[in-house]
Amino acid sequence: MPAGQFKEGIAGGRLAADQYADNFSDLHPPLDHHEALVESDRCYFCYDAPCMNACPTSIDIPLFIRQISTGNPIGSAKTIFDQNILGGMCARVCPTETLCEEVCVREVAEGKPVQIGRLQRYATDVAMSEDKQFYQRATATGKTVAVVGAGPAGLAAAHRLARHGHDVTILEARSKAGGLNEYGIAAYKSVDNFAQAEVDYVTAIGGIDIQNGKALGRDYQLSDLMRNYDAVFLGMGLGGVNALRADGEDADGVTNAVEFIAELRQASDLSSLPVGRRVVVIGGGMTAIDAAVQSKLLGAEEVTICYRRGHEQMNASGFEQDLAAANGVTIRHWLQPKRVIAEGGKVSAIELEYTAMNGDRLAGTGETLTLIADQVFKAIGQSFVPAALNGSGAAIELEAGRIKVDAEGRTSLAKVWAGGDCIFGGDDLTVSAVAQGRDAAESIHRSLAQG
Amino acid sequence: MADIRNNFVGIKSPNPFWLASAPPTDKAYNVIRAFKAGWGGVVWKTLGEEGPPVVNVNGPRYGAIWGADRRLLGLNNIELITDRDLQVNLREIKQVKKDWPDRAIVVSLMVPCVEESWKAILPVVEETEADGIELNFGCPHGMSERGMGAAVGQVPEYIEMVVRWCKQNTRMPVITKLTPNITDVRKPARAAFAGGTDAVSLINTINSITGVDLDSFAPQPTIDGKGSHGGYCGPAVKPIAMNMVAEIARDPETHGLPISGIGGITTWRDAAEFMALGAGNVQVCTAAMTYGFKIVQEMIAGLENWMDEKGHASLDDIVGRATPNVTDWQYLNLNYVAKARIDQDACIKCGRCHIACEDTSHQAITSMVDGKRHFEVIEAECVGCNLCVNVCPVENCITMEPLAAGVMDQRTGKPVSPIYANWTTHPNNPMAKVAAE
Repeated sequence: MPAGQFKEGIAGGRLAADQYADNFSDLHPPLDHHEALVESDRCYFCYDAPCMNACPTSIDIPLFIRQISTGNPIGSAKTIFDQNILGGMCARVCPTETLCEEVCVREVAEGKPVQIGRLQRYATDVAMSEDKQFYQRATATGKTVAVVGAGPAGLAAAHRLARHGHDVTILEARSKAGGLNEYGIAAYKSVDNFAQAEVDYVTAIGGIDIQNGKALGRDYQLSDLMRNYDAVFLGMGLGGVNALRADGEDADGVTNAVEFIAELRQASDLSSLPVGRRVVVIGGGMTAIDAAVQSKLLGAEEVTICYRRGHEQMNASGFEQDLAAANGVTIRHWLQPKRVIAEGGKVSAIELEYTAMNGDRLAGTGETLTLIADQVFKAIGQSFVPAALNGSGAAIELEAGRIKVDAEGRTSLAKVWAGGDCIFGGDDLTVSAVAQGRDAAESIHRSLAQG
Repeated sequence: MADIRNNFVGIKSPNPFWLASAPPTDKAYNVIRAFKAGWGGVVWKTLGEEGPPVVNVNGPRYGAIWGADRRLLGLNNIELITDRDLQVNLREIKQVKKDWPDRAIVVSLMVPCVEESWKAILPVVEETEADGIELNFGCPHGMSERGMGAAVGQVPEYIEMVVRWCKQNTRMPVITKLTPNITDVRKPARAAFAGGTDAVSLINTINSITGVDLDSFAPQPTIDGKGSHGGYCGPAVKPIAMNMVAEIARDPETHGLPISGIGGITTWRDAAEFMALGAGNVQVCTAAMTYGFKIVQEMIAGLENWMDEKGHASLDDIVGRATPNVTDWQYLNLNYVAKARIDQDACIKCGRCHIACEDTSHQAITSMVDGKRHFEVIEAECVGCNLCVNVCPVENCITMEPLAAGVMDQRTGKPVSPIYANWTTHPNNPMAKVAAE
């Protein structure tokens, strides 16, 4: 019987037991004290700093870095949290290479930016390890706000609302708070149960009641919230996964990448987590990379990402693509799924069709390629599921399939705000969700203050 | 190949790099290691008079300040003169000089300010065949409380008196080491000159407290909760030392007095700068204490390379070359006009030039042009102060460009005058010398 990596089909225990801990250790280990001092000294303290302007939450990056360099990591953490209460997670999961670090003048000058993300982690780690809380609730206003979803947008909104003295109830469909921070990112980007520690840190301000297992549309309706609370913030993210639109995709072994990632994050014993010997991931974003790299780290022998367009169009950053390549993942471009081939109901291969640009349109060339696979991950994007909002009286206005909001996060319904991945116009980043939640909370606060 | 052999008041060494009187030269073991590494000479750590040796503190002797990556920028010490027996030191000096005849060995001395004490020590040092003596009139801590070191160096009359005793009682060249803890370093230099010294060496260390422990509220270095000022040295003191060297080098009253330059010399370039300002050779300590003796190899090779590149055949070609260009402010040409210019290709757009100029100077650098982040000098506002050059993190990105004579200075609306004119003749100067009618 073939063992380990060479076990056929979807199986666990492909690696030696101690290999798992190694494989899933911190992707960017924390900077130690001296490393942080050296790195912080590289910051030029720019005027009107480009990094700060590139940050969706507008953290005063030069200031927090200077505070690290002067031996004040606690003050540094406050500078971060003032703008972004989830600064700890953002330090870990932000694609800094396409945000602050991309525009760092040292990146421009020498191709080596100040490691802003790791410095942010250093400062926030110090504050959180000391459980240093910077904010107190204002005098209770007696106003109540319902927040749907305990993800980054909902938590950021709840914290800001609680600071202003409002009472917040977060209704979360899943059994843990955190949203994608808990369920949606690669395990090596957030180790040691950081997402839950951060939820505890954020809610320690008080006035935030998280109720788990409460799904909108199933356990309550939007109209209930509008009736029972002074304001509502919708931050439920994206509930749907796009289909492959390939024949036979209901075969065993065809899985949503987001579910795989969530299952992996929740697994208490990674060695028992099954993965295919030959894995094909369809998609070109961060989710595709996370699923592919983690499949490899679980011991899959061959992992191939197939993306229907070219390298330049991939949503995954260059850093993420390099990370995949470094872990032995093969990335293939200009291939779209055509047919899942099954034997006995189980995936045995996938047939892909080459693509090319035909003028402005992407089209199949007719030529096909068959890759042997015992597991296929769908990572071609998630979609907003508006069904939960239905049956709640007045319909909320959508735009391109997501909730339409104005600049302050107001929806078409009075008393209802929204933010995070469920709204139209975002970039599906944790840090953007935090900014939207925070800003919607300020808008809600202004509105509640007026009466 | 440039010849960097040094002849300082008749003391010959294969290069101008000596180790200063300090912990690295306290005993034969260290000095031999230094000579093996290539040092041209040493000034043996200060000997005191016969009798029970001095004692040092048994806690920290050094304090420091650091730059990026904990690079040591300034060091302070509260160590006293040698705490080893005089006879042991003398024996070792004699043996090392015998074994290393081509290297310079100068012996630093500090004894009480009475003629008998000096008369007693000079012959025993002479007997070692050492090349010369250096009078330690600089040590700013401990010994000065006992009427020696800086306590002598701060009173020109004492300097002159002791130098004269030494010159009368030894055939060895006398180098007088000066303290910077004084308002006008020319005064002690003139006193030493009047006493007949062969040379001066400077600077000794500067009175300093390197830090305060904010938990115990004690100065650093801290000995059992207390601290005392120490002597400050290292890269941080170099500009102060260079000015003092230049002040003496251009003083007509001590014209021609040889100078051994000391103060923060870390690289060949530092050494070349000191020598250009008038130092006949240099002495090094902190750099060796930070990196070990091997640094002299960089200094030797760097100095030779630079001299070769510039066509300087020997040290005589560089010593004092910058001295005539050191002048008083009143003689600077007020008709010289320079403007900052930013090389847009080199600019990384950090904006520090803008904010420095905007907040603290003359509002002469843009931050935004046509809605784009863009940093450019506004010539009509630029006074040519050079602050932007100094704060720019990119070398040579901002340069000061002199305006040619006849070119319009947009700030004053007047063409640049081709005539040299300084404050002594400026109309705003009430003391201006009026040109003869």
